[in-house]
This record gives sequence, C-alpha cells and structure tokens, in this order.
Amino acid sequence: MGYDIAVCIKPVPDPKYYDKIKIHPVKKTIIREGIPTIINPSDKHAIEAALRIKEEFGGKVITITMAPMSSQENIREALAMGADEAYLLSNRMFAGSDTLATSYVLAQGLKKIGKFDFIFTGNESADGATSQVPGQIAEWLNIPHLCNVREFHFTKDKKVEAKIKIEGGYIEYLTTIPVLFSVSREVNKPRYTTIKGVIRARQKPINIFTVRDLELDNKYIGLKGSPTQPGEIYIPSIGRNGEKLKGDPRKIAIQILDRIRSVGVNFGKSK
Amino acid sequence: MDISKATGIWVIGEQHNGILNPVCLELLGKAKELKEQLKFTEPVIAVVLGYNVEEMTEELFKYGADEAIIVDNPILKLFQNELYAAVLEDLIKENRPSIILMGATALSQDLASILGVRLNTGVAAHCVDLYINDENQMVSVVPAFGGKVLGKVLCPKRRPQIATVKPGIFNKHENSSHDKKVIKHNPEESLKGCFARMKALKEFKEEYKGVPLNEADVIIAGGWGIGSKENWYLIEKLSVLLSGAVGSTRPPVDEGWASESQMIGTSGKIVRPKVYIGIGISGATHHICGMKDANLIISINNDPHALIFEVSDICVEGDAKEILTNMLEELKTFNQ
Repeated sequence: MGYDIAVCIKPVPDPKYYDKIKIHPVKKTIIREGIPTIINPSDKHAIEAALRIKEEFGGKVITITMAPMSSQENIREALAMGADEAYLLSNRMFAGSDTLATSYVLAQGLKKIGKFDFIFTGNESADGATSQVPGQIAEWLNIPHLCNVREFHFTKDKKVEAKIKIEGGYIEYLTTIPVLFSVSREVNKPRYTTIKGVIRARQKPINIFTVRDLELDNKYIGLKGSPTQPGEIYIPSIGRNGEKLKGDPRKIAIQILDRIRSVGVNFGKSK
Repeated sequence: MDISKATGIWVIGEQHNGILNPVCLELLGKAKELKEQLKFTEPVIAVVLGYNVEEMTEELFKYGADEAIIVDNPILKLFQNELYAAVLEDLIKENRPSIILMGATALSQDLASILGVRLNTGVAAHCVDLYINDENQMVSVVPAFGGKVLGKVLCPKRRPQIATVKPGIFNKHENSSHDKKVIKHNPEESLKGCFARMKALKEFKEEYKGVPLNEADVIIAGGWGIGSKENWYLIEKLSVLLSGAVGSTRPPVDEGWASESQMIGTSGKIVRPKVYIGIGISGATHHICGMKDANLIISINNDPHALIFEVSDICVEGDAKEILTNMLEELKTFNQ
C-alpha cells in the first residue's frame, strides 16, 4: 500500500538578490557571484504536497534534480524536510539544455528510478520561469498532467479531483493516476526543517546519475539537443530620472494629485 | 519539420464560454508586423478551439487575421490539455506553420509546452518582444531573473517557432484584412486516438470587484511597507476616489490584504496605466518587470534607497500612511 511519489527540484539563485545580477562586459555571461543558491521556492510546496500524501497513505518520496554536483547541499534540505531518497542527474553534457532537453533528461531519470503514482513539481522556476518543464516531463513519460494545481483530493475509486488556477477563475478536473501536478505557492505551507530532520538527512542517500547511467539519445540532450538557442543577453535600461519629494505630507499629497491630473486623468472637481 | 516548407503565422486564441482572451487580438497585431518583416509574405491565421465559437471570427478578422481555423465541438467546451493538444498537433503537422504565437496564460502556456515535445521544437516563454532577423528567423526576447535580464532566443533548425506572450505586452490594433477565409476543422479524427485519462468537470469564474487592473488609467499598488490590513483600506479608498484599480506585490497577497488577481509582475499581471502609484513597495525585479512601462510612475517609500525609486518619475520619501491620509483628505475637499 502507499504511493510512490517523485518530486522534481531545481536549485536556483535566490530571487531576493536578482537586482544584484550583472552581465560580464566582455564574456557576456551572467555574473551571479555572492548570490546564494536555494531550492526553487515553488518546489518546496511540491515537496510538502508529496510528504503529506506519504504521511496520510504511506509510501515513499524521492527527489530528482538535474544540476551541477555543487547542488547537493540544496538536495540535503529536501531530504531534511522528509524526502526518503534523492537522485542527482549531473553531467557536463547536460549544460545548455533548454526546457525540452531538460525535461527529456528528467523523464529518462524518472524512468530509470522506477514507476511513480505521483510526480510533483513547482509550477515555475524563479530564474527562467518558463513553466514548461512540468508538462514536458509528463509528455515524455506519457502520463496526464495539470499545472497550477491549488487543491486536490482522492475519490473513492482511487482517482484524484484537482482544482487548477487560471486567470480570473478555476477549473476542476478528475484524473487517473499516475499523474504529474505542478503546484504553486498557494497549495500549502511547506514545513521547516528540524534539527532531527537535518541529522536524519545525513544518513539518506543522494544517488548520482551521470550520462552513462541513463538511457539517453544524444540528439535530445544538452545544447545540441535544444531546439532553442540563446542569443545576446542584456540588462534593459529602465531607469528614470526621478524627481525627489520630501517634507510636509500635505504639500506632497497636493503635488502628487496635481501630477496625476497633469497626465490627463480626471477625478473629483478641481478647486 | 522541414524548415523550407513551413509557412504561415498562427495565433492560437484562448476562449472561455465564448469570450476570447484579448491577448489573442494583441498577438494578431504582432503577427501582422512579423508578416511585414518576413522575406516572403505568409498569411496570419487565427486558430480557436472550443464549443460554440464560430461567432468569434468577426473579431479575429477585425484585428488582423487573414484566415480563421475554427474547431468547434462539444467535447472541447472546457479546456483539457490532452484533447486540445491532440487536435492542434494534427492541425499543425498537416498545415506546417512557421510561427505559432500563444498567450502566456496558465492554459495556453501549458498547451505550448506540450506542443514543444510533440512537435520536437522550441518554445520561447513569456516574450516581451518578437521580430524577424536577417536570416528570416523569429527572434524572441525573453526576460529571466524576474526581468532583470533580457535574452534573445532563436529556434534556428526546427519549425514551428513557438512563442508565448503575456496579456498586456503588445497593443491591439484594428487592422481588418481582405481575405477573411473561414476554415471549419472537424476534430473527430484527432480526438478518436485520444484516450482521455483526465476529464474537466467545471470552470468557475472568480468574482472581481472594481476596475480590472489592465483597464485602469490609474493603479495604486501597495507592498509590504503598507504594514497592515487597516492601512490597506486606505489604498482601496484612494483607488475608488481616483477611479483606479488596486495592485499588489507578493507580500500583501500572502498576508491576505490583497487577492492574487491583483498581483503585478512576472508572476502576476503586466500593466501599463497612465499613472502607477507604488506605496510601500521596495521594488523587487519581479514587480518592476510588470509596471515599468507605466506612463507616470510615482513611488512612496520611507527608505531613500528603495530600488523602485530608480524607475520612478516622482520619488516621495516619506511615511506611506501619512501621505495616503493626506491625499484622501485633499480628495474629500475636491469632491465637496
């Protein structure tokens, strides 16, 4: 009994520091020195969703990550939250992967590890925020998926009813298992790690798969396997020469209202 | 897909209960521009899936579609990613468009990612600009790191080139075309091969009070610095007096002061009102990306180093509550 659950997690530069990101003037690469790497925020909600199913119905939760070897510290955090085992897919040949190549490698990793009733992911990564990888993993695995899941519960016949958020509303679905859900921050509140959890996490395995451990078709991986190719990157200049106002709040209030009126917005009667 | 044989710029429209998401019309305008930039002229084709959607063609033609492919079937009444993807996959393989534009909405974004796998091609997500380069390829400009960085993305060797764009990025223009050809496509063949592992049960609309964010001339947005639910009411009051809409950053939504639909930024709405007033907002890149194109930007913050001041026309250093109260007081005298 119980469910086999996989959670995809991605280490990302902490979004709190994105204003500090620079571009190397000559190499034209991203400079993110000094910015800590964290588990992608919505992925923590995916971990939480998985742990809650395990706690209620039993089963096993594994995490899977495609990232450089240096991300093991982030993966430990997921183990400390309560995941049972972690898998890290790491190889130089994966560098430069777009969403199609990334989702392919993750899907091949999942196939290698086993069969899952549920796969959870965050609905978007803080850095690229394409929201594409969850649906693409499901496609490669040929299982149904829903993005932006807000609530879900089991029905009597072992199916799942799930509600997704869309612009201006919601849609409710009934789905069979196996299924992949991408979840957003509103779905739950992720637990904090405890000292006990951190200690236990040290005993838990992080299994490392390189390119040789997976069945991969080279034409689908890395930069070469990516249909999209990156071009020039730049930091857009959006600065404005702000006029500074300080002092008496009443005078400021009047000045603000005058400026609003000056761009052709009408409200109230003029004095 | 053979690059040389791919032709046509498709805009895939999203509709709910017979109402077209306006991003489709914005994309038709952009598709027309791309058509001008291409070496050889290619038709702009709008594609709409749903039930009882035939009446939409007039609107599609008015905003620039040369042709409309309408897929009308009761099974497509509610969005189901497997079914919609199956129909589109067949349509695309049969007609081989070179470019496909879709809204970066929850549902269309999902659909785009599925199509990426099934057509083995690239999808550029939530683009802020699109153009054709000298090699006749579409260049998609996409934001990363919450909009701090922009990058150009190309899809040189595969077709179609797919891009999604958030509502509000491009403007819609009336631009009636001459052709106005309607193609009714029967999806039954595609749906037959599709064992639905999932079923849509129902769609709910969220009730929304007040002026919608993307229609407002004035947006008063609040951030963490507002401090409390009581102070948030001051923003709401001010918005009523200015006939504006209330926007928000992430923290007030997490605190329950504001609703999610009010969020501005990369994970919310992209807005460009005549006036944006940001109160108690520090200016995280995620938020700035959503409001930087407002005509007049006024920011109020007690921290002189707040990042939002860098993108503001008027930078007010002061206490949010004090200034809000004074503005409300002034407006009261106006209205008397």
